[in-house]
Amino acid sequence: MGTASPTTLLICEHCDTVYRRRPLGRGEVATCARCQAELERHHGLGVNALLALILTALIVFVQANMWPIVTLGLSGQLSGTTLWGVIIAMWREQAQVVSVLVAATLFFFPLMKMAMLGWLLWFARAGRRAPGFVRLMVALHYLGPWTMSEVFVLGALVAIVKAHAYFDVIPAPGIYAYAALTLLITILAGVDLRQLWDDVPERAA
Amino acid sequence: MSALPRAAELGLIACAVCGQVCRAVPGDPRLDGDSVGDAMACPRCGSTLRRRKPQSYARTWALLIAAFIMYIPANVLPIMRTASLNDIDDNTIISGVVELWVKGSPDLAIIVFTASIVVPMLKFLALGTLLVSSWRGSGWARVQRAKLYRLVELIGYWSMLDVFVVALLTALVRFSVLSLVEPLPGVIFFGLTVVLTMLAAMSFDPRLIWDGKDTDD
Ligand SMILES: [Zn+2]
Repeated sequence: MGTASPTTLLICEHCDTVYRRRPLGRGEVATCARCQAELERHHGLGVNALLALILTALIVFVQANMWPIVTLGLSGQLSGTTLWGVIIAMWREQAQVVSVLVAATLFFFPLMKMAMLGWLLWFARAGRRAPGFVRLMVALHYLGPWTMSEVFVLGALVAIVKAHAYFDVIPAPGIYAYAALTLLITILAGVDLRQLWDDVPERAA
Repeated sequence: MSALPRAAELGLIACAVCGQVCRAVPGDPRLDGDSVGDAMACPRCGSTLRRRKPQSYARTWALLIAAFIMYIPANVLPIMRTASLNDIDDNTIISGVVELWVKGSPDLAIIVFTASIVVPMLKFLALGTLLVSSWRGSGWARVQRAKLYRLVELIGYWSMLDVFVVALLTALVRFSVLSLVEPLPGVIFFGLTVVLTMLAAMSFDPRLIWDGKDTDD
């Protein structure tokens, strides 16, 4: 491999095969020839577009958490629940483990993820590394698989159908906010955040 | 196949956290992950550099077995009680699926069945197969096994579906006088199963699949 410096190289995370990095065209995906894992993906979103996406997601997230998710009609009475209603209910019903899981995967982790990304991108816009850049990038890596908002949308759907057998169930605004959030999360999931390491120069750290 | 060099052969190492390619001393035992100590740190993000995830076999086995032990009460114990004026009904995962099927939404029943039964079972079988075949250095169906691992990683957390359903129903129905929904211990074990299988999948190192004898490569 001679004189190539390590930054021009790319190592497959799944099988350790070494590749020489090559620029990707629009929509191109580089896959590993040995194990067929995805190596790198080109995405057309610039820092500004990403930041806009994150801010939108944050707003939708606030709405998804403030508004009731489902409303139940029972003999003229209406009762609805928000995400925090769910968390508190599980805590009180002796299922604290579940309560903590719900709070972490549906509230704290997604919120942290969006706030951290927003912070990093805000500074990246000016071509600078945000204060705490390295630590936040590492934290984002570990936070990766522990957000489950999209599973919750499907869960709400199942809950509505189940409750429908006994009550009048009305999907409330929160569920639509969650659906929109899922869409935004799916778009964001396609973005390789590791590129921020290269995009933002180190000297400004 | 010499056209596809691997990192260790070139004296390189990839940072597991940030992906940075670093030069490493070939054969340095501290990089192999099993000896604890002052191993090299990634110059970019500061994480410890390892050739492989530390103690991958032992950790994955331990987490997988723990998950399986949790999975038994998760299925046997009821996960939710629905009580109304005239009857009390304790639901297990399976009886919940059956009820959903009978009450007229077979498509959702299939989704719940897939998420809470098929996905965890697939994870036990898949991770077990990966562990055994990689341990033996088997060259059998390597590309397919690599794909299987990525599938396990991708679909793992969808098993949380039923836990969220129980939680939502509890919050929704608990305030009404006529009926009550209560979570039962099964749901706690189920939540733990999901978390443990996710941790097991994360501690397995897919590079082990490619580490054995290079017979058919
Ligand atoms: Zn590969």
